[in-house]
Amino acid sequence: MKITVVRDILEANERIARQNREIFDENHLLVINLMSAPGSGKTILLERSIDALKNEIRMGIIEGDIQSSRDAERVARKGVPAVQINTGSACHLDGNMIRDTFKDFDFRSLQLLVVENVGNLVCPAEFNIGEDYKIMMLSVTEGDDKPAKYPLMFRISKVLLINKIDLLPYVDCSIERIEEESKKINPDLTIFRISCKTGEGLNDWYSWLRDQVKNKKK
Amino acid sequence: MHEMSIARNMIDIIKDEMRRHNARVLRSVHVNIGRFSSIVPEALSFCFEIMTKDTDIAGARLVIDIIPLMCRCVSCDKEFEITDYSFLCPFCGGMKVDTISGQELSVVDIEVD
Repeated sequence: MKITVVRDILEANERIARQNREIFDENHLLVINLMSAPGSGKTILLERSIDALKNEIRMGIIEGDIQSSRDAERVARKGVPAVQINTGSACHLDGNMIRDTFKDFDFRSLQLLVVENVGNLVCPAEFNIGEDYKIMMLSVTEGDDKPAKYPLMFRISKVLLINKIDLLPYVDCSIERIEEESKKINPDLTIFRISCKTGEGLNDWYSWLRDQVKNKKK
Repeated sequence: MHEMSIARNMIDIIKDEMRRHNARVLRSVHVNIGRFSSIVPEALSFCFEIMTKDTDIAGARLVIDIIPLMCRCVSCDKEFEITDYSFLCPFCGGMKVDTISGQELSVVDIEVD
């Protein structure tokens, strides 16, 4: 006997992600899902952003890693509430893991929650967590062929942060090619060229973040 | 890489449908995987086999259909397939295109006794 099913394999995650989103919206909390390959500079971006914005935006951080609580310790030192999720073996965060951290935050007192996903350009793209925006980071040391190799991540992201531009003189990477190929995949992508090391370009990122927090408050 | 989670979710759905239809034996499973999803079909088959081994749904045939990445141009309304991940309309050069298919991850049907 044939049974017609037609069900989304990720329906369970989608359901939880929607429930998470409702809770975030009720609290006027902007939630960002930050994704990149390992070592692109997600955690230093958070450290920089906390230093620059913590007096005007009340934020919390969720750190996703396969193992260790190093990242949560790093950002907690900056004086913001931070929760570490260790996925064990899973290569991505999902809605359920995010929901499990809710007890550790007082969302009413927060305006921005940044979720640093597990370093990986593939799997996190498939799993919604209830975020407002997916933000991806690519560092110039990873090479300018990444949009062509990982198109889904570029297609679903709202913002692309191109990090480590201070290293451009030392690597064979064309930032123009990254931008051109990314825009072919996602014409609406907002792109910032930044260096978390020197601080170059970060003010534009902070302004974008400020505007989004403001919009979510309304 | 995340095919294990996908296989686990697939099995949850299959078992749920079998329960609802009082089915006891799973013959085959038909899934649609969009070309633009990041699933490797061979890896999914492998994970499905491993996770069903020695269970009451072991040995079922997994049929995977790959769904092409199809888009529709917002300007000229024409439909086309994208094979190089360049989301540009080949007819009018429009940059606003909607994805019609290619991101599927679904259990389409199952065959049971």
